[in-house]
Amino acid sequence: MRRTLPIFGVLAVLLVAIAVVNPFFLEPAGFLGFVKRAAPLVILAAGQYFVIVSGEFDLSVGSLVTVEVVVAARLIDGDESLTWPVLGLLLVLGLLVGLVNGAVTTLLRVPSFITTLGMMLILSGAVFLWTGGAPRGALSQGFRAFGRGSLGPIPWSVLILLAVGVAAVLLMRADFGRTLVATGDNERAAALSGVRVDRARILAFVLSGLAAAVAGILLGGFAGVSAQVGQGLEFQAITAVVLGGVVLGGGRGSVVAAMAGALTLEALFTLLNLYGISGALEFTVQGVIIIAAVAAGALRLPFRLRAST
Amino acid sequence: MTGIGKSFLGVRVLSDVGLTVAAGEVHALMGENGAGKSTLMKILAGVHAPDEGTIEIDGRPVSFGHPIQAQRAGVAIIYQEFNLLPERSVAENVFLGREPARAGLVDRTAMETATERLLAELGEESFGPRDLVRRLSIAQQQVVEIVKALSLDARIVVMDEPTAALAEHEVELLYRLVRRLQERGIAVLYISHRLREVFDLADRVTVLKDGKHVTTVPVSEVSTDELVRLMVGRDLSAYYPPRATSVGEVRLRVTGGGNDKLHDIDLELRAGEIVGIAGLQGSGRSELAKALFGAEPFTRGEMTPRRPRSVREGVAAGIGLVTEDRKAEGLALRQSVRDNALLVARALGRQGRQGPQGLRELLERVRLTPPREDQEVRYLSGGNQQKVVLAKWMTVAPAVLLFDEPTRGVDVGAKAAIHDLMRRLAADGMAIMMISSELPELIGMSDRIVVLRDGRVVGTLPPAPTEEAVMRLAAGEVTS
Amino acid sequence: MSESEQIGAVPARTPPFWRTRGSSPAGVVFLALAGVILIGWVLVAARGGQFLSLENLVGVQQRSAALGIVAIGQTLAILAGSLDLSVAYLISLSSLVAAETMAGRDGNIVIAVAAVAGISAAVGLVNGLVITKLRVHPFIATFGVALIIKGVLDHLYDGPAGKVPESFQHLGYDRLGPLPVSAILWAAVAVAAWFLLRRTTLGHRIYAVGGDQEVARLSGVRTDRVLIVTHVLCSLCAGIAGLLLASRLGAGAPTVGTDGGYDLESIAAVVLGGTALAGGRGGVGGTVGGVLLLATLDSVFNQMEVNSFFKDVVRGVVIVTAVAIYARRKHGRRA
Repeated sequence: MRRTLPIFGVLAVLLVAIAVVNPFFLEPAGFLGFVKRAAPLVILAAGQYFVIVSGEFDLSVGSLVTVEVVVAARLIDGDESLTWPVLGLLLVLGLLVGLVNGAVTTLLRVPSFITTLGMMLILSGAVFLWTGGAPRGALSQGFRAFGRGSLGPIPWSVLILLAVGVAAVLLMRADFGRTLVATGDNERAAALSGVRVDRARILAFVLSGLAAAVAGILLGGFAGVSAQVGQGLEFQAITAVVLGGVVLGGGRGSVVAAMAGALTLEALFTLLNLYGISGALEFTVQGVIIIAAVAAGALRLPFRLRAST
Repeated sequence: MTGIGKSFLGVRVLSDVGLTVAAGEVHALMGENGAGKSTLMKILAGVHAPDEGTIEIDGRPVSFGHPIQAQRAGVAIIYQEFNLLPERSVAENVFLGREPARAGLVDRTAMETATERLLAELGEESFGPRDLVRRLSIAQQQVVEIVKALSLDARIVVMDEPTAALAEHEVELLYRLVRRLQERGIAVLYISHRLREVFDLADRVTVLKDGKHVTTVPVSEVSTDELVRLMVGRDLSAYYPPRATSVGEVRLRVTGGGNDKLHDIDLELRAGEIVGIAGLQGSGRSELAKALFGAEPFTRGEMTPRRPRSVREGVAAGIGLVTEDRKAEGLALRQSVRDNALLVARALGRQGRQGPQGLRELLERVRLTPPREDQEVRYLSGGNQQKVVLAKWMTVAPAVLLFDEPTRGVDVGAKAAIHDLMRRLAADGMAIMMISSELPELIGMSDRIVVLRDGRVVGTLPPAPTEEAVMRLAAGEVTS
Repeated sequence: MSESEQIGAVPARTPPFWRTRGSSPAGVVFLALAGVILIGWVLVAARGGQFLSLENLVGVQQRSAALGIVAIGQTLAILAGSLDLSVAYLISLSSLVAAETMAGRDGNIVIAVAAVAGISAAVGLVNGLVITKLRVHPFIATFGVALIIKGVLDHLYDGPAGKVPESFQHLGYDRLGPLPVSAILWAAVAVAAWFLLRRTTLGHRIYAVGGDQEVARLSGVRTDRVLIVTHVLCSLCAGIAGLLLASRLGAGAPTVGTDGGYDLESIAAVVLGGTALAGGRGGVGGTVGGVLLLATLDSVFNQMEVNSFFKDVVRGVVIVTAVAIYARRKHGRRA
């Protein structure tokens, strides 16, 4: 748990900094607006966390988000009655993509970096092959409500985020979560203890796929339909998870910290905007801060020597 | 080395330790885990810098800031886990970091010839300088390490538990290699838990305890019992717990079991007994355990409980395996004691049975010291790690528990605790099978000993046979 | 029973020489390449085209040169157990630095090349230092550096800038006999890297660091230095690719690197060539094969006038399949 603390400190500092510049941020509406904006990335980070803690990568989530949005727009095409069936279909799609990623990685022993890189090419190629190069159709009002609308004062996306967060925490406390972390730490020891390591990893990829589906649904409503909607999200999600102190290579870190990492990233974007470092240089600052944050975390770890005797 | 002291994070691990090794001497370094052997070795190797004290080589004081400086000063270390690159050739490994080169260009021929020559000097013909290390056996890899030390013109060679991973007959080869080093006037610092090797090989022995120097004596002037007492500070004359008095029902039975490495295995394990498995390396000892457990399943024969086709089935059928290599196969090192102890239970979805209270009792039962649940297991000593492995299996109370080299790399004190625990588990009705290369342990612990040779059962011996009887069966009649 | 004869030493077979040497599956990628060429030839011939025409071969070479050079650098980084996600932006940056420094004047070419080399080396140095001294995972470190470069590019440029003098465009378009200059450049970089890995101490140490950093360190290899130099070399390769692309475009462009997807594509090419992503195993030969395979596929698709999205799908499938085959082979050998 010690490793997860720094990220909450950083997050708190950033939130205070935002509030100082923009007092509106302290009001419920302002803060909820921020969380609403952050929700898709936080959900993606939660999904990515499962994969990373088991020792793998999922680079396909960005293009999966795009695919979800584009597919939704084309299938619904403004027809309100299709909202729910298509929502179900999108979740199934996310699940299937995760299943394929997981199966190829575990059963065919392809490094997940390559599996999901291939999946990224395949997904974005396939969806535009299908739509003829550009997104077509339109989302229904009902569909957009998830990303835009709210239940009373609380945006739907915030509620969905809470549900995802609670589910993720419960999963990590359950046998599945503990055995998944053990798998990421020492696959062989886990297998020889009776853990079904392949199944655990496949499930992790499925969760990541589902998270991408949910994030896609929220983003479709929030940001609208475009071919770029998911661009770069896979890197942002991985960055968020690592910012949360989760170790690439697996076996270490908590899902709450990973989600806090995503909130931190989003807070950073907000802050940069507020201070007028918009657009271009925003990336530069972001790059510096990511390296600095991870370096700070890495240096805090005790110097690791190879164990012997 | 004189007056060496070292602390880590405020914990004192060595204080005022002195050690002198003469050229051409084999000097044994002994002590329980945590006594400071590894730290002392790493200071000599330049991995750690001492907080105080001095190191002199040939009368000249030296100080090492990096392993390479120690290497250049003539100190070569052969770690338990070899420092070899599996994907590179023997010659490339031997000359790693100091390839013969002119203007940055590696002279391959020179490298390979030099390696070839050193291999020949050691009488090693089973492999050559161009072979990939990945394809060599453990014993051959050890030869590569020794060649590396020789090529460094090392004057001090430190060997850390060199026999830990070797089979009985390979140990003989190692003895020969050590004596060759000795003949060349090299000082050998030999770290081992095994008393027999110390008496076979060493001229003098230094004992460390709790980071302090206890004594240095010529081996000829000390007895086994004395040495043990010096190390643990108490008498361990009662080495092994008493044998089983009564044996219960059959917990596991195999008839005609076989796969590509095992043939016609007939074996019964009964509640309450400890069955020892003897055999040379390659006789199928570990393979037998893996077959019973489902890791490398039997493809033929009958078995009760039903023949497991996977680890999962084996575990579900109530069979547990304490593996030979606990770091690679037994534990998730960066997880807590709790998470490791509950791993099997969780894998089977039976976590509910072990409340926090149950776990604490269990950790006390295996005598984990201290019984802290949130400690990461990588910070535990070998003995304590093995106790966590035991706890891991005890959470699901298997009917049969298989032990593969349960006390390898474990100090004398923890060894006794593990032996005691095995006996108590048997007394509580568990059927236990134990593989061990250490004959005294095998003979001391087993209620009967099944001997394997070339994947077949070649005989069963009653309690307390002589070492000779076991060896004769294991090696086959032909050995003169 | 005949078991007695096996009691002695563990049988240690000396493997046949062709297995000790041919440890990288580079052969497979060339086999696949031959297969793709054959299929492409049949398909194109069936449509009445000519696949193995000179133009076409040259085209394949032209297309592969930039990717090939980046991939060589990437090979070094991956062999050392690292990777570099910053190459795409560095390529764009280099193309701009080159074109702006040249500003259409022949006399500035040398300065421009030196400037590109300097900037690339600096970026590589930063990558290496962040990874070794700050101990940031290479994935995050090079991604962070990529973002930093991206920010600078977006801040300074909206579109193509600078001008490359005509003389410098020879690099991108000319041929020496049947061989494009760019292909010769690629070959030179590849041979240099091959020589580096095979024959120099640095090369040996790159394999050592990628194989097991701790082992390398304990053998006296200055692992940090090796990683830093490797990253500098990798970035220099990206710089060269940037120069090449600038000479093709006649100007620098802030998106030329990302449009080509040189970051992930170069990693894919390296892995296609059988180099292990974990480091320590593989080589330049495989990477060349991997790049040629990707370029040939591209060429086949172009001649078949296949939709570009379909190309992406096939590329994804090919990459995953190839690596699955390597994984099978490796596993089979171990068993």
